[in-house]
Amino acid sequence: MTHDPVCGMEVKTSSQYYIDIDGKLYEFCSQGCQEKFAVDPMLYINKDTAIKTGYKTTSYGTEKISIPVVGLHCISCVNTIEQEIMKLPGIKLVKVNYTTETAHIEFKSGEVTTAQIINAIKNAGYKTGQATLKLGVQGMYCGSCVTKIEHALDNQNGVLSSSVDLGTETAIVNYIPGAVDISNIKNEIEKLGFQVFDSSGVKEESGSEIKDEEEIDENQAAREKEYKTLIKKFIFAAVLALPVMFFSYPTVWNLPEQFQMGSPTLQLIWIVMSILSLPVMFWSGSQFYTGAWAAFKNRSANMHTLIATGITAAWLYSAVATYFPGVFPSAELADQFFDVIFVVVALVVLGMALEIRAKGKSSEAIKKLIGLQPKTAKVIRNNSEIDIPVEEVVLDDTIIVRPGEKIPVDGVIVDGSSAIDEAMITGEAIPVEKKVDGEVIGGTINKTGSFKFKATKVGKDTALSQIIQMVEQAQSSKAPIQKIVDKVAGYFVPAVMITAIITFVIWYVFGPDPNLIYALITFVTVLVIACPCALGLATPISLMVGVGKGAENGILIRSGDALETAQKLDTIVLDKTGTITEGKPSLTDVVAVNGFSTDDVLLFSASVEKASEHPLGEAIINGAKEKSLTLSDPKDFNATPGFGVEATVDGRKILLGNLKMMQKNSIELANLQERSRQFADKGKTPMYVAIDGVAGGIIAVADVIKKDSVEAITELKKLGLEVVMITGDNSRTANAIAKQVGIDRVLSEVLPEDKAFNVQKLQNEGKKVAMVGDGINDAPALAQADIGLAIGTGTDVAIEASDITLIKGSLKGVVLAIQLSKATMKNIKQNLFGAFFYNGLGIPVAAGILFPFFGLLLSPLLAGAAMAFSSVTVVSNANRLRNFKTSWK
Amino acid sequence: MTADQIIVIIAGLGLAAWVAWYFWFSETKAVKVQTSGSGIQEAVIKVKGGYTPDVLVFEARKPIKLNFIREETAACSEEVIFSGLGKKATLTPYKTIPVELNIDEPGEYNFQCGMGMLHGKLIIE
Repeated sequence: MTHDPVCGMEVKTSSQYYIDIDGKLYEFCSQGCQEKFAVDPMLYINKDTAIKTGYKTTSYGTEKISIPVVGLHCISCVNTIEQEIMKLPGIKLVKVNYTTETAHIEFKSGEVTTAQIINAIKNAGYKTGQATLKLGVQGMYCGSCVTKIEHALDNQNGVLSSSVDLGTETAIVNYIPGAVDISNIKNEIEKLGFQVFDSSGVKEESGSEIKDEEEIDENQAAREKEYKTLIKKFIFAAVLALPVMFFSYPTVWNLPEQFQMGSPTLQLIWIVMSILSLPVMFWSGSQFYTGAWAAFKNRSANMHTLIATGITAAWLYSAVATYFPGVFPSAELADQFFDVIFVVVALVVLGMALEIRAKGKSSEAIKKLIGLQPKTAKVIRNNSEIDIPVEEVVLDDTIIVRPGEKIPVDGVIVDGSSAIDEAMITGEAIPVEKKVDGEVIGGTINKTGSFKFKATKVGKDTALSQIIQMVEQAQSSKAPIQKIVDKVAGYFVPAVMITAIITFVIWYVFGPDPNLIYALITFVTVLVIACPCALGLATPISLMVGVGKGAENGILIRSGDALETAQKLDTIVLDKTGTITEGKPSLTDVVAVNGFSTDDVLLFSASVEKASEHPLGEAIINGAKEKSLTLSDPKDFNATPGFGVEATVDGRKILLGNLKMMQKNSIELANLQERSRQFADKGKTPMYVAIDGVAGGIIAVADVIKKDSVEAITELKKLGLEVVMITGDNSRTANAIAKQVGIDRVLSEVLPEDKAFNVQKLQNEGKKVAMVGDGINDAPALAQADIGLAIGTGTDVAIEASDITLIKGSLKGVVLAIQLSKATMKNIKQNLFGAFFYNGLGIPVAAGILFPFFGLLLSPLLAGAAMAFSSVTVVSNANRLRNFKTSWK
Repeated sequence: MTADQIIVIIAGLGLAAWVAWYFWFSETKAVKVQTSGSGIQEAVIKVKGGYTPDVLVFEARKPIKLNFIREETAACSEEVIFSGLGKKATLTPYKTIPVELNIDEPGEYNFQCGMGMLHGKLIIE
C-alpha cells in the first residue's frame, strides 16, 4: 500500500496509474490524479504541509494575520471580502488569495481586533475556519498564571484569542484549524508547568449544549460510584439490622427469660443497639440528614426530610426508653424502636441504589445518540490526507471515508459510491446505496466502498447534533399532565409532615393505651411511607424513555406537549405528493392516433417540455430519454397556466395540454376523451397532444405510490383515525389515488396556500387534526394543525413548523409516532395512577385509619419497604417502554 | 381531657402551623444578579439538597449564565431542568456546569431537578 501524492488516498501497489521521476515511482488512485500530478509534480513532491497561517506583531505596532476563508467560489468574492475588511479602522493592507483561500491582513495593533476582522469576513458572507476549544487547566493559583497562559497562547501561530478562567480552571481558545492543532495548544500550556485535560471536551462553541462522551462517562462514573456507596451503606445497615430484629421481638422468637422485656440483659442489648444505630443513621443514612438540612435552609422539604424526621423521632424515643425508662408513667411505655431505624435506613438506601441503576437505563437512548458522534475525520488539506478532530472540520472540506468507518459530518458525495448503514439515524434497517451527489449523514456507518464527500454541515449544524438537541429539549419539556403533578408535588412533603403531626395528636388524645407508643408508631409510619419521588418521577421518566425510543426509530418528538396531543388525534391529513406518493412523477402511457407513432407523440411532447420547468415535463423528458429518443430544441415556447404549453418543434406546431386547451384550439379529439378519462380514473395525469392542428394522442404521467403507504393508511384507520388526503390535483385523479390507497375523504384542487385553511376547516368540525407533509411547502398547514408531522429528507431534521419530524420518508413513521405517543401516555398514566394511588392509600393506612374498624395498624418496617420500592417500580415501569415495538412490521 | 393531652394538642397544632408557614408561606430572599463588564449576568448556584441561591433576579434581554456546582453525588439532583425554556443540563458532581440562557420576556421561570424535588426560580425583570 502506498499513498496517492495528490489526493492522499491509499493506493494498492502496483497501480496502473504511475509516473516515474528520477527513479522514484509515484502511484495514483485514478487517471485524474495522475494527470494533475503530471502538470506540476513539484507541487506535490515538495508540498509544505503546514498552512501558512499565522499571527505576528512587528516592532512598528503593525500586526499581520493570515486567516483561511471558506467558500471562495469566484474571483469577485475576493473583492467583496477585501472591501468589507477595508471598512474597518486601522487596516493597512488586505490581500485575499483566491487559490490558497487565505486572507492576509496587516493592521495597526490596538485599532482593530482579529475578532472584528473575522466578523467582517462573515459580514461579507464567508466563513473563516475558526474553532473554539475548551480545556481544563490544573495548577493555577493566581491571577498571574492566567495572564501567563493567555499571553503564551495568543503568541501561538493560528490562535486568534484565548481566555483563561481561574475560577472554573478552564481555558477557552479560539483558533484556526489547520494552522494549529489541539496538541500544539495543549503543549504550549503544559510547557508553562500546568496540567491540561479535556474537562468539558472539545467543542465547536463554548457553552454548547452537546456533551461529549467523556462528560457522559464522568456522569456515568459518578452514578456508579454513588451506587456502590449506597450498596455498601445498605449492607452495613442490613447486617446490623438482623441481630437488632432478633432482640427487638423477644416474644416472637420465644427467647429465654433473660432476653424478655425488662431484663437487665435486654437493657444492655438496648444500650448496644442505641450505639450501633448511630453509624447507621449518620453514615448509612447520612444523605437523609444532609439532604434534609440543605432543603430546610432553602425552606423546602423532600423525601430526605421525611425519612430524617421519622428515624430521628424513633431514635429519640428509644434512647429515652433505654437510658431514662423512669421518665415514662408506665413501664410498658418504655419500649424501643431501634429496629425501625436499621430496617428503614437499609431498605430506603437499597431502593435509592436500585433506582440509580434503573434510571441509567432510561437515558440510554440519548447516550447512544451522543456516542454516535465521531471523534476524528480524514480530511484532504493541501492535497494530503490528515486525521483531525471532527470539531476542526470546516465547511467544504473534502473528507475520505473507507469501508467500516463512521461518516464524520453531513455532506454530499463527490467521488465514489457505497452502501451506508443509516439505521442509527433513520431507523431504516437496510443499508442505503449512495453515489455521487448523494447526501450522507454524520454518525452513520460506511459499509462497502470508499468515497470522498464535501462537508455541507459541521459542528452543531449536523443532523446528529440537531437530533441530540431536539431530543434533549423534548426530554426536558413537560407534558401538560405534569402541571397537575407539579401543583401537588409543591405541597406534598409539608402536607405529609402536617398529617404526621395531626396523626400523633389524634392517637395521643383518642388512642388506646399505650397511647404514646401508638402515636409515635403512626407518626413515624406516615413519614416513612410517603413517597414524593414516585410522584415527581412518574411523568418525566416515561417521557424520557418514550422520546428516546422515538429517536431510535427516526421519530423526533419536539415536546411533551406534542406527545400528549398526538394520542388524542381524531383526523390525520396526508399531503398527496411526496407523502403518499414518491413525489417524482414518471411517464406511464403514450397513446397515438391519426397515423402518428407513439415515438412521434413522445418525441414532440418531450421536446416542447425541454423549455418548461414543470415536474410533469421532467417526467416526459425522462421517459423519452429512456427510449433513447433524440430531442429537438423547441421554438416560440409559450405556457398558459391552467391550459398547457405550446411550441414549434422541427417546424411543426405542437400543443400539449388539457381539454380546455384542445377546445380553445378547436382540436377534434374523437375517442381520445374517453381514453383520457380512463387514465384519470387510474390516478394518472393525462395530457392531450396536438400536432399541426390535429390530435396526435395522449401522454399520461403518474406519481408512484410509496410501497408502504397502503399498509400505513390501513394501520392509521385501525388506530381509529379518519384519514384525509389533501392535494392540488383534480378530483378525478385525486379520488383515483385515494381509492388505491384506501382513503375515503379527499380534499382535491386545493391550492398550496389554502392547505392551512383546509386544516382549520377540519378543526372547526371539532376535531383534533394532524397534518403530514414536507417541511417547506406545507409549513403553514403543519403549523395550523394540532400536530404537524414533517416528513424530513436526509439531513433537514430541525423543521421549525413541525411537532414531530420523521427522518425516514415513510408513512410507517406516522403510525409508529402515534402508537409510541399512545404507549408513552399510557405509561405516564399508569405511573401517575400508581404514585397517587400508593400515596393516597398508603398515608391514611399508615395513620391508622383501618385500626378502628379492623384493629389493623401498619408496621413502620413495612412502610419503609413500600416506600423504598415505590419509586423503583415507577422507573421500572417506564423502562418497559424501552421494549416498545410497533404492532406491525 | 388531661393536661398532657391539652399540651400535646396545642403543641401539635402549633407545630403544624409552623410547618405550613415555614415551607409554604415564608418568603425566601431573592438574589439580584449584577451584569458583568462583558454584559453577561453570571451567577453561581450551589446544588446540595437544594439550590443556593434558589431565587435569582435578572434583567431581561441580557445573556444569563448560571454556573451550577453540584456538591453531592445523590442522584436526585443530577439533572436541572428549565422546562419553560426547554433547557436541561446534567450536573457532573463537583464540576462547574454552565447553563446559558437568553430570556426576552419578563416573568418568572422555574427550574427544578429531574424528579421535581428541588426547586428554584428565575425572576426576569
